[in-house]
Amino acid sequence: MSANEVSEHNRRDFLYIATGMAGVVGTAAAVWPFIDQMRPDASTLALASIEVDVSSLEPGMSLTAKWRGKPIFIRNRTEKEVEEAKATPLDELKDPIARNANLAGDAEATDVARSAGEGKENWIVMIGSCTHLGCVPLGEQGEYGGWFCPCHGSVYDTAGRIRKGPAPENLHIPQYAFVSDTTIRIG
Amino acid sequence: MSGHSSYTPKTGIEKWIDARMPLPRLAYDSFVAFPVPRNLNYAYTFGGILAIMLVIQILTGVVLAMHYAANTGLAFESVEKIMRDVNSGWLLRYMHANGASFFFVAVYIHIYRGLYYGSYKAPRELLWILGVLIFFLMMATAFMGYVLPWGQMSFWGATVITGFFTAFPVIGESIQQFLLGGFAVDNPTLNRFFSLHYLLPFMLVGVVILHVWALHVTGQTNPTGIEVKHKTDTVAFTPYATIKDAFAMVVFLAVFAYFVFYMPNFLGHPDNYIVADPLKTPAHIVPEWYFLPFYAILRGITFNIGPIDSKLGGVIAMFGSIAVLFVLPWLDTSKVRSAAYRPWYKLFFWLFVIDTIFLGWLGSRPAEGTYVTMAQIATLYYFCFFLIIMPVLGLIETPKRLPNSITEAVLEKNKGGAHAQPAGAAAAPETKG
Repeated sequence: MSANEVSEHNRRDFLYIATGMAGVVGTAAAVWPFIDQMRPDASTLALASIEVDVSSLEPGMSLTAKWRGKPIFIRNRTEKEVEEAKATPLDELKDPIARNANLAGDAEATDVARSAGEGKENWIVMIGSCTHLGCVPLGEQGEYGGWFCPCHGSVYDTAGRIRKGPAPENLHIPQYAFVSDTTIRIG
Repeated sequence: MSGHSSYTPKTGIEKWIDARMPLPRLAYDSFVAFPVPRNLNYAYTFGGILAIMLVIQILTGVVLAMHYAANTGLAFESVEKIMRDVNSGWLLRYMHANGASFFFVAVYIHIYRGLYYGSYKAPRELLWILGVLIFFLMMATAFMGYVLPWGQMSFWGATVITGFFTAFPVIGESIQQFLLGGFAVDNPTLNRFFSLHYLLPFMLVGVVILHVWALHVTGQTNPTGIEVKHKTDTVAFTPYATIKDAFAMVVFLAVFAYFVFYMPNFLGHPDNYIVADPLKTPAHIVPEWYFLPFYAILRGITFNIGPIDSKLGGVIAMFGSIAVLFVLPWLDTSKVRSAAYRPWYKLFFWLFVIDTIFLGWLGSRPAEGTYVTMAQIATLYYFCFFLIIMPVLGLIETPKRLPNSITEAVLEKNKGGAHAQPAGAAAAPETKG
């Protein structure tokens, strides 16, 4: 083979490309577990469901449970609070979506859609984590008699809907169900 | 690292090493014979001060890690154990906590110095960008370090700051869970923050080496902003710069020591001596003082900008306030480097300094009423300074007459003083060199 002859694809080309491909794919495969380990681990995910006894909650009383490291507000609302929330026209709301994981994603933020549903409208269950930057709002405060976040001044009404301040969304409602009249399973 | 080496090994051992791995030659050329402008003032001593602060943080940090337990059940107690039981533990921890603050004091002065004297201009763009990268790594390190004592501010600071990422649509929540290793700040978060808090300072050391390397290629700027033209414009690093840096370090460390011994908690927040409680938010969450200007910018954006809601807008503005520094070398259009010869820039620079301090104060106030309006005005000036004033001013400003050389500037300044020299020396810089 003379020196200036254009060479055909030869063994060296094959080795070059094969090494390069193995390098790229191998590096990607090696990097993956280093990234993957950052995600919530099995024991964290295992805490995804809790049961809470609410038999001691009279109307006007609340309790805070801990679920997935976050507070869950469970409140047995008074009739007055329910009426107030129901009387609010939907076009006054900053966030018109229910944010209720038990309903369709585009359900309207009516009071019924925010509560535990027909017949259990006095019950409201929410993730107590302000949708602004995650602080815990304080109960029975603020000008709407609902919740007030001390961090950056977001005001929620008695149905946990954002009315004023920087938070963009209503307080989120987790997946939950009454497993009996006095027990709620969250998650 | 630049120019020819003037190192001559004298003893046999020095020659033997020099032929194999010339580290002594590198050190000699970089820190002994290295020429520095003869007119450097004390604003130029903060690079050295930052180096010593990084060493202090690493040394105290490594020993604190011997007594600290990165577990949500043990972390707070272990820090109290360091304060009460570990021999000299209180001193080491106060040095580390206040050391972080003084690290930022020094870096802010260092950055202001760079802005004033135009240190970011060609050919020092990479030097500047490496510096901004160091600043960014410092902030990440400090943030994660503040989480480790597992007090209320640790927990809620981490919640709020990782909450920034939820501002991004669709993927935001997944990013936050990825960073936290769970649905909220918890043990996995504390563990990884501890690991990264230990790692990042060593990455900082690596970038600092690149920063110093870049500095030694281009040489330092100086208060006149005129490049070194002649040997008489410079003095040797040792003893001149060495002793000036050392003296400045002693003064700086004396102030540092005053804080460590007499007011160790002045810069901290009392709420961080309450153990973290995921169910109860403190009434008023504030970050450490060195993040306050950026916090004020974050909270200043209370309005929607087109499709971007206020929450995402605030996060973009806050990261943008640091990102803009990366492109600063290309925003400044002025051909004159130093503010000493730019009367208008000098004015706008000092307004910028006041503006950033004002933003810091606003960051410590509650986000309500007139504080928000003031934060919006101050944020507007912050971005205008970089994005409008710097590009436009360079085109329309008439600078003062520049001296022909550093030597001329120095001699002009000393005219009539004790160091008076013949007037001719100023017009014709030394030729005998």
